[in-house]
Parts: sequence; structure tokens; C-alpha cells
Amino acid sequence: MLAYTIRRLLMLIPVLFGMTLIVFFMIRAIPGDPAQVILGQQATEEAIKSLTKQLGLDQPWYIQYVDYIKGLFTGDLGTSLRTSSEISGEIWPYLAATLELSLVAMVIAIFIGVNAGIISAWFQNSWFDYTAMVLALVGVSMPVFWLGLMEQWAFSLELGWLPSTGRENVRNPVEAITHLYLIDTLIQGRMDQFVEVVRHLILPGIALGTIPMAIIARMTRSSMLEVMRSDFVRTARAKGTRMFWVVYKHSLKNAFIPVLTVIGLQMGLLLGGAILTETIFGWPGIGRYIYDAIGFRDYPVIQSGILIVAVIFVFINLIVDLLYAAIDPRIKYN
Amino acid sequence: MEQPVLNVSGLETHFFTDDGEIPAVDSVDFHVNKGEVLGIVGESGSGKSVTSLSIMQLISAPGKVVGGEISYKGENLLLKSEKQMRKIRGNEIGMIFQEPMTSLNPVFKIGNQLVEGIRIHKKWNKKDSWAHAIKFLKLVGLPRAEELMNEYPHQLSGGMRQRVMIAMAMACEPDVLIADEPTTALDVTIQAQILELMKRLNNETNTSIIMITHDLGVVAEMCDRIVVMYSGKIVEQGTTKEIFESPKHPYTIGLIESVPDVRSRKERLYSIPGNVPKPGSIKTGCHFAPRCKFAFDKCFEETPELMDAGQGQLARCWLHEDKEKAALLEKVES
Ligand SMILES: Nc1ncnc2c1ncn2[C@@H]1O[C@H](COP(=O)(O)OP(=O)(O)OP(=O)(O)O)[C@@H](O)[C@H]1O
Ligand SMILES: [Mg+2]
Repeated sequence: MLAYTIRRLLMLIPVLFGMTLIVFFMIRAIPGDPAQVILGQQATEEAIKSLTKQLGLDQPWYIQYVDYIKGLFTGDLGTSLRTSSEISGEIWPYLAATLELSLVAMVIAIFIGVNAGIISAWFQNSWFDYTAMVLALVGVSMPVFWLGLMEQWAFSLELGWLPSTGRENVRNPVEAITHLYLIDTLIQGRMDQFVEVVRHLILPGIALGTIPMAIIARMTRSSMLEVMRSDFVRTARAKGTRMFWVVYKHSLKNAFIPVLTVIGLQMGLLLGGAILTETIFGWPGIGRYIYDAIGFRDYPVIQSGILIVAVIFVFINLIVDLLYAAIDPRIKYN
Repeated sequence: MEQPVLNVSGLETHFFTDDGEIPAVDSVDFHVNKGEVLGIVGESGSGKSVTSLSIMQLISAPGKVVGGEISYKGENLLLKSEKQMRKIRGNEIGMIFQEPMTSLNPVFKIGNQLVEGIRIHKKWNKKDSWAHAIKFLKLVGLPRAEELMNEYPHQLSGGMRQRVMIAMAMACEPDVLIADEPTTALDVTIQAQILELMKRLNNETNTSIIMITHDLGVVAEMCDRIVVMYSGKIVEQGTTKEIFESPKHPYTIGLIESVPDVRSRKERLYSIPGNVPKPGSIKTGCHFAPRCKFAFDKCFEETPELMDAGQGQLARCWLHEDKEKAALLEKVES
């Protein structure tokens, strides 16, 4: 397992390099002179020249690339044109907000989705199965923005149960340590703020988690139905094993392999969905950070933001692949 | 005479499919005595596996045991709750399945799969159960038993897996062992070893064995008595000696004639013309009549019951109603 992990990590190196190349050239493929585009029509010759120098665009592209990679190795993501501060210094709070929202959405989607799928398969054709599968069908066909707006209308405007935007109560702000507010409030023992943070997470979490939950539930159900017909499940029953363990141990571990693929894919898509959700719920995440940067033509920020999202994507895939090997003993020995 | 360990009477197991009700097992009666090896033979689709799964109460939808009695040590298994059945499965009645390649769970170690049943029934701790499992792996003649405990099914050959299955079925020292074609998937030398092993277990522990097979060679070698099944019904029943020396049902005669004899090198291999009809497709008359060379009018009009064919041998054939007709069978043999 360790050797496999190391091999997979080594295989990431060319992938990550490739990604830096793409991001690097993408930003340089913008038609015209970037400095001119950034500064606008009225800019003076002087200003354009100095910005070109500041961006390093007066150097040949390979020197620029080497400098860029060097910067990345020392954790330097460049400087924001809008705020004039180091991107590496200001990006984390946004990233943390996105990670917190996505992880909460995904954990709930996996927990409910997998269990609903298992119970539906175990009690196939029961009322639970029918209800869960109708809900899942509704869930997958629900557009995120529509669900988000409906939630805000129902639970904030009409019922007033939950806040509709932001990630904390602005009159009682969280003192950030890790910027993951669930953790920060807990380590400070601020239960009042913790409850507030949870309340803010519910609506965007549901908006973001509903589609993955529905897809995971459907995949788990069909995978479980297939596995539960296997000979080895019959063997387990013939041993006198309780049905609960036949389902949750013998069947689930096998059925989980295709479900894992879906979870990995959904995690990737979730990052995309997060940008939409963040816009609707005024969530100060990485999606908002990039979105705002686009408005200001803040190219270094766009470049870094995209790179970071891409790196997260690659690492999710790595984790999924490692989990495959952990679950299925037949994979390691290829 | 001692009471039989297992007594099946009037067993009816039907499958409720879209094409109607299929009586896969139709009023089947037989018994197994203590320490006896009973053979159940018949072509593919005759209901052998369904009979054995009915005994274990492992028939799953769309199948259902709809009638009869399965009495184990005087108690009717059909009246037991799922919880009571769990105490019997693997503990009192062990089962070896037809498909060694797929009957072990691919994602758990051999050791875990073996120990599971032992822990459930014997309630031993992990260490003792592990040692007990190793003892049984050695008993079934597997080399490197300790190492095998930590390996996965895909690392073992078919023959090794089937031995693991036998060890698993034997590990709780059941009183009855149902072996559903334990050797069909294996090559001849391994087949011989496994039969030898089962014979030894039968002698040493006085375990009753139900040996299901369509290989008459295996039956001749292993069994004390034989039940011949055809299209969901028992067509003949008797001791091994009687059945091989003077089969009383045309179907049994056909089966015996179609055993290939390596030494005599016949021109063409004999096979009974036609196929096993789907159970329930023949409504009137003897199910075997369309393929039977002795069939006369009555055979197509009335369904025969099992009748006495002399010396306690039973056959479901109209020929035995009348001595002259029964004599026809003798002629063919010689
Ligand atoms: N799941 C099922 N659905 C519908 N019918 C079934 C099902 N399982 C078995 N049957 C019916 O039961 C009959 C007997 O099947 P069974 O598996 O007992 O045969 P068998 O004697 O064990 O054959 P083989 O030698 O191939 O193992 C089949 O012909 C089929 O019609
Ligand atoms: Mg069978």
C-alpha cells in the first residue's frame, strides 16, 4: 500500500507540471497586451511599461515560466493587482470558506446518500425504496440555483428560520484562527458562534449537497442490488451471519467500489457548483474570490485561483484512487 | 431404527416469475440418516440446488417454499424464525456451494471469512477462532495454512478456494453437510482429492452428507443411497448398489448409459435425446414421457406417483404398475 501510494504521488508530478503550463499559457493567450488590457484605453505609455515590467512580461516566456515555477516552489503565487498584496497571504480565508462548505455538503451527501441507497436495496420495492428513489430522481433534476433561491424564499424570507447569506453573524463575528469556522469556534469554546456557523451552513450545504446525495443514493442502490445477488453473499448467509452484517459488511465493501467513483466525480463537480452556490448565498469563498478578480481583470489572482482549484481536483482523484486500493485487494497487485 | 437427522417431506418450492409460477421443487420426499452419504443426481435444471437452498431457508425472491416439511432432529425448519435459522446455518447444517470461484468474498481475507462463522457459533475469542480455522485449513490438505489466512481469494486457485469453502462449511462441525456439486468446477485430480477428503470427514466425524451432483461416477464412489431428480420431482430412489445394478426408471437408465466409459471407446457418446423441460411446463402425464423410449399412452395422460419397484426401491414410472411391462426395463440393460 505504501509503495503504491508513493508511486501514485510520483505520477502526480508531471500532471501538476502540465497544469502549471496550461494555466501559465492560458493567461498569456489573452489577445492583446495584458498590461494594456488591465490598465484600459486611457493608460499612459509609462504606466503600461512599468506594469509590463512588474508582471515580468518583458522577459522571454521561458524565463517567465521558470520564475513562475520558482515562485510556486517558495509558495509565492504573485501579487494581486487589485489589493497589491501577496495572493498567498490573502487566498486562504476564501479557500477555507469553500472547503468548509464543500466538505460539509459532501459528508452529508455521502452519509445520507449511501445509507438511503443501502436501505433501498436491502428492502427493495418497499415504501422506503419507492419514496427514496422518487426523492432522488427529483434531487438529480433540481438546478442548484433554483433550489438555492427556493430555500432562501422558504426558510429565510417566509419562515425566518435560517439566515440567507454569509457564513457568520456579522454582529458577532468569529475570531479566525484556521478560518474553518466550525473548528475555530469549537477550539475557542464559543458554542453560541458555533451554532450560528452551523445555521449559516445549512441552506447552502443543502443546495450544494442535494445533487451529489441523489446521485450517490441511486448508484449505491443499484450497486448493492447487484452485489446482494452474488454467490459470496449467499455464502455469508449460509454461515449464519446476521442480515445487518451481510448488508453492511459483506455487500457494502464490494458495492462501494463503483460508488467511490461517483463520489470522486461529484466532489470535482461540487467545486464547480460551489461557485454558483457562493454567489447565491453571498458565501465568501474561492469562487467569489475568482469571480471578483475577473471583474477587476486581476490576472495573477485568476491564474492562482484556477491553479489551486485544479490542484484540489487532482488530489481528490488521488485520494479516490488510494481508497480503491484500500478497499479492493485486487488493485494493488497489478 | 434410528430417526433420520434430516427428513424432507412434500417439499414444494415455487418461483413466482412474470411467466407464471414455476414448481422448481415439487413434492419432494427424502431423508438422510446419521453418518450417511446421500446422493442427489439429475441433469441441469432438475431442482437440486433449489432443494438444498430450501433446506437452508436461503431461497430468495421470486422463490418461496410454499409447502411441505423439513424436519431436522425432529423440528420443522420451515416453522423457525430467521433468528433461530441463523443458529442452524453453518452450525448444524453446513453448505458447500457449486461455484468456488465466486462463493468467497473478494474483498476480505480468507482468515476473516473462516473465523466469522466460528466466532458467531462458538463464541470464541479471535485468537482461538483463528487457531481453529488454521486447523481446518490443514485438515482439508491446504499447504501454508497460516499464510493463506492472510491472503485474498484472488490469490488462490479454484481447487484451493473450494477447499477453503469445505473448511468453512466444516469448521463448526455441522451434523449435516450439503455439498452442491463441490467438484464440478475442478480438474480431475483435485476432484479426486476433494472427494477423498469428504469421505474421510464423513468417516471420522460421522457427519451426514448430501452430495449433489450430475456426475454418476462421483455418486458411485461416495454415496450410500441415491435420489434421482427430474424436472423438480424425484423419479427414483434406492441404494447405490440397487440403482447402478438395476435402475428402475428409464431416466436413470439413460443417465447411466450416458456416462462416458474411457476404456470401451464407444463410437458415439450416448445422450438422452431432448432437454429437461422447464418445471411446470408439462401439465399432464409423466414429465419424462416426451423423451422416454418406453412411453405408452398412459404416460402422456396421467402423472405417475412414486411406486414400489421391488426391494424398497421407488420409481415414478407407470411400467411398475404391471410386472410384464417392468420386465422391459431388464431387457435393455443386458
Ligand atoms: N431465480 C430463479 N427464478 C426463476 N426460476 C428459477 C430460479 N432459480 C431456479 N429456478 C428454476 O428452478 C429450476 C431448478 O434449478 P436448480 O438450480 O435447482 O437446478 P440444478 O438441478 O441445481 O441444476 P444444475 O445442475 O445446473 O446446478 C430451474 O430450471 C429454474 O426453472
Ligand atoms: Mg445447481
